[in-house]
Amino acid sequence: MKTKYSSLFALPYLIWSLIFIIVPMGLVVVFAFTTEGGQFTLDYVSQVGEYTNVLVRSVWLAAIATAICLLIGYPLAFMMSRMPGFQQRTMLMLIMLPMWMNFLLRTYAWMTILEKNGLINKLFGFIGLGPFDLINTQGAVVLGMVYNYLPFMILPLYSIMTKIDNRTIEAAQDLGANTKNVFTRIVIPMSMPGVSTGITMVFVPSVSTFIISRMLGGGGNLLIGDLIDLQFLGNAYNPHLGSAISLVLMVLILLCMSILNQFNDDEDREGMLL
Amino acid sequence: MKWLSKTYIWVIMAFLYAPIGVLIFFSFNQSKSRSNFTGFTLDWYVKLFNNDLIIQSLVNTLIVALVSSLIATVIGTVAAVGLNSMKKWTKSIIMNITYLPIVNPEIVIGVSFMLLFVMAQGILSHINMDFEFGYMTLILAHVTFNLPYVILNVLPKIRQMDKYVYDAALDLGCPPARAFFKVVMPEIMPGILSGFLMAFTYSLDDFVISYFVSGATSQTLPITIYSMTRRKVSPEINAISTIIFVIVLAVLLLVNFYGARKEKQSRREGARV
Repeated sequence: MKTKYSSLFALPYLIWSLIFIIVPMGLVVVFAFTTEGGQFTLDYVSQVGEYTNVLVRSVWLAAIATAICLLIGYPLAFMMSRMPGFQQRTMLMLIMLPMWMNFLLRTYAWMTILEKNGLINKLFGFIGLGPFDLINTQGAVVLGMVYNYLPFMILPLYSIMTKIDNRTIEAAQDLGANTKNVFTRIVIPMSMPGVSTGITMVFVPSVSTFIISRMLGGGGNLLIGDLIDLQFLGNAYNPHLGSAISLVLMVLILLCMSILNQFNDDEDREGMLL
Repeated sequence: MKWLSKTYIWVIMAFLYAPIGVLIFFSFNQSKSRSNFTGFTLDWYVKLFNNDLIIQSLVNTLIVALVSSLIATVIGTVAAVGLNSMKKWTKSIIMNITYLPIVNPEIVIGVSFMLLFVMAQGILSHINMDFEFGYMTLILAHVTFNLPYVILNVLPKIRQMDKYVYDAALDLGCPPARAFFKVVMPEIMPGILSGFLMAFTYSLDDFVISYFVSGATSQTLPITIYSMTRRKVSPEINAISTIIFVIVLAVLLLVNFYGARKEKQSRREGARV
């Protein structure tokens, strides 16, 4: 199938990705560094510094949510990988089912549960407690992130753990390793690629979300995503500042990812896709 | 130990499904309250199907998803054929570009499209051409984020293929185009199909990117749902959630059942050999 010209078949795609991937990304960079008149400026990029508290809050909340997902998801993924085939398939389906519902609906569900006269406060009311301020808090935002992105942590962990042969674990036990050693010396090192994929897949959407913070965080817990949205579709229309914030967000994510990659050097690229 | 892990699984399942259960439960509630159940009714479902805005946005969603995933499947499959015969380093550069829409945050892709389309609007207005945000911009954006899924599904299938089959067809006098459709296509069809399905579902479900590129007249279902959540009380959302949940459940059960049967079949055939 390899003839002199067969690579030309990729040409339409190349042109497409030039126009719709490269040019738009370039525009974000150009807008971040120019004024409305088209002059070069660093004003907008330095203006992002005024929002340091929002940047820190976004990274902080996303990091907490990612850590919680890892803590909850890791044991579950391991249990799943040791189940018989039919149970594994059923569990997989149960975990993927909520993922297929639109995330707006999932977040809306928590809105109704957490609100002032919502279900939880009503239950507290029965035993004479409350009502508590559950919604419009940072805790609610983290809860929304964990709920929405937990499957993104479980699935890559599970798929890497199914590759850990039970005989490897048994061999370690035969050679005198206790449960703790089996985990720290066998299971955890072998599942590292899944851990880093899972962290990426939870952290990136969490740090850049703007819906979860808006629906569950009220007005007081703006994240980077909300800032960007405000500059493009909100009242503060300013695409130059918006592009500068987007650029900072991309750099931030790249930084976090490269720190993560320090811990495991042979990341499996195909693993990025579940 | 055993009961501990069982309890753990049940707790997580409760966490995952309780909110959805609450939504479904209150979709049958007579009053608009989201915590008091006052009586059973199907009114919200009736209201839903009489809501022109929702029906129209459902139609928009299906049109955009179908058209964009079809275009992406054609361009992506052809591109995968071309990519397969490239030199290693050109291929890896292009693959890195292909990964960009997947690894970049959705909101950044959304605003970058918005910048592109606003610029296109400006340029086209010089030559007196109208370019509105609507179907066109939605489909262009959706094709772009669908393409990687098609390419990443088709490329491995082409790589696995016996490359001499195509040469054999040529040797036997088959013209190249016909050899492609008769020999290559059937081999890589599973990849094309799963790429198409993945693209289609991502397109159906997309909110963030569509939010930045849709016009006032071309809202998709997720965008309409979003504007409904902005209004404080709208029990129709509960009804939509229930319907979507039932559809997804049915599809997953079907796929699972089909997969299990196929596995059993192949195991039986394997045993015979």
